Amino acid sequence: MSVSNKIVTDFVANGIEFVTTVPCKQLGGVIDAVEKEPSIYHIPSNKEDEGMGLCAGAFMGGKRPAIIMQNTAIGVTINTLVTLTQFYRMPLPMLISYRGELKEPVACQVEMAVHTKALLNQLNIPTYHFHKPGDEQELDAILKYTFMCNKPVAILTDATFWGGY
Amino acid sequence: MIRSEIIRDIAPILRDQLVVCNIGLPSQELHLIDDQASTFYMLGTMGLSSSIGLGVALAQQKTVISIDGDGSVLTNLGTLPTIANNVADNFILLIIDNGSYGSTGDQPTYAGKKTSLTAVARACGCENVIECKAEDTGDVLQSAIDNKIMTVIVSKCESGNIKVPVITKDPVVIRDRFMTEVARLNE
Repeated sequence: MSVSNKIVTDFVANGIEFVTTVPCKQLGGVIDAVEKEPSIYHIPSNKEDEGMGLCAGAFMGGKRPAIIMQNTAIGVTINTLVTLTQFYRMPLPMLISYRGELKEPVACQVEMAVHTKALLNQLNIPTYHFHKPGDEQELDAILKYTFMCNKPVAILTDATFWGGY
Repeated sequence: MIRSEIIRDIAPILRDQLVVCNIGLPSQELHLIDDQASTFYMLGTMGLSSSIGLGVALAQQKTVISIDGDGSVLTNLGTLPTIANNVADNFILLIIDNGSYGSTGDQPTYAGKKTSLTAVARACGCENVIECKAEDTGDVLQSAIDNKIMTVIVSKCESGNIKVPVITKDPVVIRDRFMTEVARLNE
């Protein structure tokens, strides 16, 4: 099974039925897999904070949500993470492409990468980093943890994990 | 008419529906006029009332009304294409358009100048967009509920505020009682 299919299989096994995405080249495969999964309502967002609003609504409507986005999104979603997701204690798995890490070809991506973990740490967001092939084996436990504690949880996935950029 | 008068007018209609209410004065006014467990009050995150409401509507069957403002929609303009392309016939977006940022001191918005949110919503692909006068809001809202077709209502009113207390309810309480109502209405 491809990594993308494994991720979506874990989503489905954990009852995730509502996924919003803002694209990243590194996440193309997993976004395709989400789109193809019939038990998931895939709703692309124009901006990640909008997507977090949609996820908050879906959760309150009775469906488990997830967001797929790039780490640059941390820069535009801090207010939403703090005053919506955390303030109202809502679960939100965030599958994040960790651009700007090893094998990154675009220098500007590094500028956000150096802040990514510091910002997540500052926000007290539990953060997991998939760096090597096979790290995705932990996803099932991370998703269970997210819906157990009703918190936003970050899963950073870098280029080495995805097998190069 | 100003926004608080519209909210007072439509409160009896909102009573039986799931409502997501915009941050600041709109939530404070609705909370003061007719607090209901079926209303989700936004205490933060300007701009996301329509996104939260659409999420609720797509996740369950009952009618959801997002009360938004012109300033808040301008903050999250990307919401309108998302709404247009993810049709939920149990979703109504009510934009109370007073042409100003009411909660921050009535600074003018662009919607009060050259920009028509009605035209923007239509250009984004929303198929059922109704612009109405403030005093007609209740009738337009009631028919949108009865018609069960996704509707964007732009209610044009005057700017102005009344004095209202802030909401001191705990956010988790607001969220929990809203979710309890969602579950009860979907039984």
